[in-house]
Amino acid sequence: MEWIFLLDKTIIAFIAFSITLLIATYSTYAERKIAAFLQDRVGPDRAGPFGMFQPLADAGKFFFKEEIIPATSNKFLFIIGPGIAMTTALMTSVVIPWGGTLEIGDRLVSLQVSDLNIGVLYVFGVVSLGVYGIMIGGWASNNKFSLLGAIRASSQMISYELGMGLSLISLIMLTGTLSMSEIVEQQHGFWADGYFSWYFFKQPIGFLIFIVCAFAECNRTPFDLAECEAELVGGYHTEYSSMKLGFYMFAEYINMFISSAFMASLYFGGYNFPFMDDLGLSQNWITIIGVIVFFLKIFAFIFFFMWIRWTIPRFRYDQLMRLGWQVMMPAALLHIFATGAVILFNQH
Amino acid sequence: MQEQSIFGEEHVMQDERQLNTLNLGPTHPSTHGVFQNVLQMDGEIIVSSEPTIGYIHRAFEKLAERRPYYQVTPITDRLNYCSSPINNIGWHMTVEKLLQVETPKRVDYMRVIIMELARIADHLVCNMVLGVDSGALTGFTYMFQERERIYDMYEELCGARLTTNIGRIGGFERDFTPGFRKKLEEFLAGFPKRFDEFDRLLTRNRIFMDRIKGVGPISAERAISYSFAGPNLRAAGVDYDVRVMNPYSSYQDFDFMVPIGTAGDTFDRFAVRQSEIRESLKIINQAYSNLPEGNFFADCPEFYLPKKQDVYNSMEALIWHFKIVMGEVDMPAGEIYHAVEGANGELGYYLISDGGRQPYRLHFRRPCFIYYQAYAEMIKGQMLSDAIMTMSSMNVIAGELDA
Repeated sequence: MEWIFLLDKTIIAFIAFSITLLIATYSTYAERKIAAFLQDRVGPDRAGPFGMFQPLADAGKFFFKEEIIPATSNKFLFIIGPGIAMTTALMTSVVIPWGGTLEIGDRLVSLQVSDLNIGVLYVFGVVSLGVYGIMIGGWASNNKFSLLGAIRASSQMISYELGMGLSLISLIMLTGTLSMSEIVEQQHGFWADGYFSWYFFKQPIGFLIFIVCAFAECNRTPFDLAECEAELVGGYHTEYSSMKLGFYMFAEYINMFISSAFMASLYFGGYNFPFMDDLGLSQNWITIIGVIVFFLKIFAFIFFFMWIRWTIPRFRYDQLMRLGWQVMMPAALLHIFATGAVILFNQH
Repeated sequence: MQEQSIFGEEHVMQDERQLNTLNLGPTHPSTHGVFQNVLQMDGEIIVSSEPTIGYIHRAFEKLAERRPYYQVTPITDRLNYCSSPINNIGWHMTVEKLLQVETPKRVDYMRVIIMELARIADHLVCNMVLGVDSGALTGFTYMFQERERIYDMYEELCGARLTTNIGRIGGFERDFTPGFRKKLEEFLAGFPKRFDEFDRLLTRNRIFMDRIKGVGPISAERAISYSFAGPNLRAAGVDYDVRVMNPYSSYQDFDFMVPIGTAGDTFDRFAVRQSEIRESLKIINQAYSNLPEGNFFADCPEFYLPKKQDVYNSMEALIWHFKIVMGEVDMPAGEIYHAVEGANGELGYYLISDGGRQPYRLHFRRPCFIYYQAYAEMIKGQMLSDAIMTMSSMNVIAGELDA
């Protein structure tokens, strides 16, 4: 029994890992195509049908490019920076419940690599490690533009983590658990006890704060000050070339994918979909449809990320800080109090 | 050890914090050309800056002294390359002024149409690049299509797109072709709607407005003492426009407004340019619908090439053709200043002729050269991001700065 459990988990971990990489790869393609769509252009269309092989060509190009390490850089940190960014980005996918349970023979297989009872906390811990990759990379380059980018990135990520964490506290006050799979299970179906079961409908303001902070955490426009090409050339990765640059870009897309998955799980019911109990399908079918639905939700969020990126400009550094500390933080705190008041009111 | 910046200014503040010296340029993605700025930064705030002028000096004025008059036109192309037709036509008018040639009304109106198209293209580039520098690339790709339409029209008329070398001394090399007319009519019909879309995309965006309001301001007094002109001066609240103050090329025939701002900040410069695009459209509409009949060139045999047919059949035309092509036309001696309202300010040509075949001395009054001197003052105490926005909104073009 023990070995088969390990085998299950290995397979799921492997699949989750490859899917994360695959989606991150194809997010670059999607980004270009969506940008082209929004900007009235064609976008990549040379490599393969509709340019489908563009990401592969890009990856190949990254590998074959000359690797330049600046002579004045701290070589060890310079090399380790992108590694940290990539590793932390990949680590978060462990606790995401990709689907319900599958019945294989007489065993129940959960489509989650590890059901940590502190799943949400774990994600936070790993995400806050992610800033080290950017900070170390920017500092080790020994370039003033990189340094400015790294400073911006680290202060931005630390500031917005507060708002993000506080907005989640009010969610956890409702769920009563930090386990991702339990939070998703609580949102079973779409309608329960005379109200929507998805947490988005219970905490729309909390979700709003969360998604703004998620944009900031992923360094996406309007919060992409860390790499704003207009001022800082390339920001923290100005000096990077070859696959190290690829790692930073990959890490960004993986982060985007993971935060989409996180938002879909926490606020939009994860793999749950409306009328899932009324279809009269077997457990396995519901799980399979659930996985598809979950990915559709993720893709919708990724599209939203890209839509925003190609629509609005970016903040200035002081405006960003003001928004983080003077709007997001107090709003999240007030939201905690309001949630507490509502919970108390319902109890009595 | 105390380091000193290359400009001798001390590098350390009173509370012993070191300032960061940042080289913004000469190769930086948002300087739009080769500019060098040595900034002293306190974190993100610019304490002082030292712009370098003359980084890509190309000695245009000196080059012009060794060329026959008609060959100076391609040099003017490379001043403000976003609106070369204005530079070309301005030069043509300067030479005509020296020759005292009267141009037919039709030539004036055609020139007005071309110059206003160039102004639209230039202002569009400036404002959409302002968007790009703040991170909004989408408006740029939308409006670039409109600029392409304008360039298609140049191409229809003179065969070139960017460095147009459009027109001749004395008029135009050919009349408006049917293709040009068709493209112009399509442009006039479709552009306002698409421009409004672009306008809404930026002006109704809170982030963009926050980024440009109160950024890089300059007072009207300071602007005048720097001898600013054009949209940047009008943004500071001075209603000076060469087209109105000293009309050339029949600008007095047209009814248009001169938009002015109040604060002289990036927002005002942006808004003035947006309104000027609308005014330019009005002018083009008036000029095109009232386009007079007549010749598309003046009676100016010294510079206007005779028809090829005449060159083959008449002695006089053959002689003129030879003299023009070989640059053997003697000019009257004189001293001329002619100014046109260039897309980003008063573009002046100060020409001294000693009666020879080449200009004795030629000086271009390049508006960017003047703006860039005020740049250090305008960005002092602002943030790095503001410096970028200020530079974009002033539309400083390297080709014009270092002629």
